[in-house]
Parts: sequence; C-alpha cells; structure tokens
Amino acid sequence: MVREFDYNRVMKVLGSREKFAQGDVACVYGAILGGCDFFAGYPITPATEVAETMAVLLPRLGGAVMQMEDEIASLSAVIGAAWAGGRALTATSGPGFSLMQEGIGYACMTEAPCVIINVQRSGPSTGQPTEPAQGDMMQARWGTHGDHEIIALAPASVQECLDLTRLAFNLAEEYRNPVLVMTDGEVGHMREKIVLPAEEDIKLVERSRPSGEPGTHVPFRAVDGAAPEMAAFGTGFHTYVTGLTHNERGLPTTDDADEHTRLVGRLVGKIRDDAERLTRVEIDSEEGAEVGIVSYGISARSAAGAVRLARADGRRVSHMRLISVFPFPERAVQDFASGLDRIVVPEMNLGQICHVVREALEGGSAVERVSKIGGEIIPPEEIVQALIDGGEQV
Amino acid sequence: MKKEIRICGFGGQGIILSGVILGEAATRAGYQAVQTQSYGPESRGGAARAEVVISSEPIDYPRVSSADVVVALSQAGYDKFGTEVAENGVVLVDETLVDAENVMSAPFTTTAEEVGRKIVSNIVMLGYLGALIDVIPHDVLESTVLDNIPAGTEDLNRRAVRAGRDLWLNRGSGHHGS
Repeated sequence: MVREFDYNRVMKVLGSREKFAQGDVACVYGAILGGCDFFAGYPITPATEVAETMAVLLPRLGGAVMQMEDEIASLSAVIGAAWAGGRALTATSGPGFSLMQEGIGYACMTEAPCVIINVQRSGPSTGQPTEPAQGDMMQARWGTHGDHEIIALAPASVQECLDLTRLAFNLAEEYRNPVLVMTDGEVGHMREKIVLPAEEDIKLVERSRPSGEPGTHVPFRAVDGAAPEMAAFGTGFHTYVTGLTHNERGLPTTDDADEHTRLVGRLVGKIRDDAERLTRVEIDSEEGAEVGIVSYGISARSAAGAVRLARADGRRVSHMRLISVFPFPERAVQDFASGLDRIVVPEMNLGQICHVVREALEGGSAVERVSKIGGEIIPPEEIVQALIDGGEQV
Repeated sequence: MKKEIRICGFGGQGIILSGVILGEAATRAGYQAVQTQSYGPESRGGAARAEVVISSEPIDYPRVSSADVVVALSQAGYDKFGTEVAENGVVLVDETLVDAENVMSAPFTTTAEEVGRKIVSNIVMLGYLGALIDVIPHDVLESTVLDNIPAGTEDLNRRAVRAGRDLWLNRGSGHHGS
C-alpha cells in the first residue's frame, strides 16, 4: 500500500494540466495529487462521479478502488486502508453521510487519517437527490457521538475542489483525523477551468512513522500535542486498535476516568489548540462598511455577486469567505466583524453556521441569516436585500 | 463581455453535453466560463437544463441571472423558461419540437436527420448558437465538439456543427426566421 509519489507517472494518467472539469472530478484530481492510493465508496447522486472517476484513474496508478455494499462499509474499508498505511478516500452525499457517522467517530477515536467528501444534497432523508444544499454543516461538526473535533473545508469553485481535497490529505496525515471536504451538488456538478499544480507546488505531508523498534513502540503516545507515531499493519509493530477508551498502548481502559479524560482531551486538543493554524479565510473588506457577509461554499459565490451589485449601487459592504469551517475560525471572524454593526450569513439551509457565527460574536455585531432551501442556489439579489433591509433573525 | 445562456429540454437530448462543450470552447477561446446543470432523478426523460455563463471577467454567481439566449428543445422547456429572457435577449427553439410565436426558430432536428442522424440535433443547435452569440471562433467550437464525442462519430458531428453554423449564416434566405 505504501508507495512513492511519482508526479510524472501521475500526470501521464491525469493528462493536460489545464482542463474544463466538473467539481467532483476535480476532487479526484486533488485526491490523486494529494497522494491518495485507496478509494472505497457506494454510488449516490451527486457524488457518484467521484467514484466513477476514481475507478477509471486510480487502478492505473497502482491504487485500489472498492465498491462497497453501503456507506458504513465504505468508511470502514477506508479506515482499514489508513491503518494499512494508505492515504484513503471516500465520497458520499447526505444519506450516505448519515450512515458514515459511526465510522467518523471510530476514525477520530483510533486516529485513522482519512478524507471524506460530502457532496451535499437537499435533505432530510433522501430529500431531493439532484438538488444542492448546505444542510449537513452541523452534522459535519456533531454528527458522530461523543466529544471530538473535526476538520472541515468548504470549496466554492471547481479549482478549490482540487486544491482543498489535496490539502485535506495532508491535514488528515498530520493530525491523524478524518478531514471532511464539504462540497455540494452545485459545485460538484459545475464545470470550470482548472489548473493542476506543477511538480514544485506539490508537497505531501506524511504521518510520522515509528521512530523506535518493534517492541519499544507505544502506539498512542503523543508528544507535545502532535498526533502519535503510526505503525502500518504488517510492518512488524504490534498495535491494538479499538474504539473503546484506550491507554497509550492501545489497550481498553474503559473504567478509568483519568485515562478517558486524558485521551479525549488529547484528541480534541490536537485540533482545537491548532485552530488558528488551521484557519483559512478570504477577506474582501471595505473601508467604512457597517455591514458584512460571512459565507462559505457555493453561497460564497452568491455573496460575491451580492457584494458586486451592492458596491455598484454605492453601498459599502465587507465580505469574509470561510474556506475552513471547522475548527471554526472564531478569532478570524471576530477580527473581521470588529467595527461592523451587522453580519449577514447566507446558507442553503434554514440556519446552521449562522449560529456558530453568532456565538463567536456574542455581545458584538448582530447576526442575521439569508436562508434558501429547495435546490436553487441563493440569488445575489436576495443577499443584497438582506444587506439593506436586514436578514432573518438568528 | 458577458453572455448568459440557458439551454433546456429533456433528459437524453444531449442538453447538458451541449452546455459542457459551449463552456469548454469558451475557455479555450480565452474567456472565463462556468457551466451548471439541473436535471431530475430519472436517467432518461424529465426536464434537463444546462446554463453557461461566459465572461471576460471572473464569474462569481455561476447561474444565469438574466439570459441573453434561451434555447428550448422541448415544449416543456419553452413553457417554463421561454419568457425568462433579458431585454434584447433571444429565445431560440427547434421548430419541429416547440410550438411558439415571436421567437427565433430553426430546424435542428430535420437538419440533423439530413446530415446523418437525429441524435446530433444538439450539435446542430450548438453550431447555430455559437454563430449567433459570435464570441467563440467556429474552429474552436468545432474542435471542442470533436474532443467531447465518442470516437468514430467525428465526421457526423463535424457535419452537424457546420450545418448548424450554416443555418445561422443563411438564416435570411431559408424558411425559418425570427
């Protein structure tokens, strides 16, 4: 499973660096250029193109693709591949993401590096299969039970589907945690021109391998808040992997409050303590603005359109786009909002990230939402209207 | 320069493929382009719609806000979107598939049959649309068509895209008009 990344070999399979490609397909390019060598999945609109494209490309590079019987098995296979030393991916949409919640918790608890792409569609349940939505954002954060932290990125363009999936692999390896790429049916099926990175722009981060010999390796001992060294199955190191609360040796210690507090505190802390380092935002501030927009994903495109229309009309408005959504970039949002009376949060749901924004700005700017469900992405004019008249209450 | 184009019909007509080719051709011609799509859960039939925004500037909102051209290849598509067009915009329909008044109509289906097979009527339409919007050079559009169709169908598709362009160029003399 472990292999050398050979850029020229990869590009022979991926073809020209410039393409007019779909978001889902761009996620595949990003995964492969992020060193992905294993994919397991179950087809679901609007994420199926990820699996289809993986099935065509990955075997030609020596990687493995498995179609599983469902999404529970898909993520389980991915976690197994991660423990075998692989850089593993699955992709799904709402109904499958619900089924994956158990596996996400298991991956957090066992510190299995993996990437999950959720091409969000309109729910709940099977909802509107072919229609985009941003209704899984809080499920991304809290869908699996128990205390945990998650890293979630939200692409707003086809190029970003590539760039953020690539980044997701490096973050998964570094933090030994599942990383979620929260795209949606609009970005996933949209086509735009993309440019694949040059060889000198590729940097693959890898999980740390055991520094000691078999017999001396302590599989869940962390140093200085970093993720523990990870031995791949089959390399001679004895590792017991369990979703039960475990000690540094990986052995269950389910009745030890101190052990549990230490373990879960470390799992949460390795990401929470690095929140600022994990923050990725794009800011378009305007001098003298009293109102601002905080957006993410496809709704950021609507927000950018709204900013263009509002400014053409002589209105002052600032805009912050969250590229990383979790851990929530609290400090960056506070800095952006400082001096702004009102923050408008447009989302393709009935209000999810707006609550996190409000919590971050407690006592500061008023937070309002622009919500749209049903499949149509938010028309910029509706955001402009909220900038002028106020949005819905959060 | 900004052109917003909506192509609508039903699943299986190649609506989305024609949008993909138009968008890709626009980027090959040096423009920014975004292609988006909407379709139902059926694998065939049901409403299908492709939207293409072409611009010399970066494109934020990726959907059509105010259509410069609406192409309807089905009556249902026309009935739903035939009036949602910008002032000075164009509504273009296939004359054998859509019953409409005061619109631009052209014989895409019958022309496709003349060049070989009805299945390339979307490519005939694309040749016509490309000449109508007059942003993408025909040779760029034609080579993009040829890169997006099954191997072995190049001659048929080349004839189709050229026949579509010629329909537009000869529109004054033909039996169709606006």
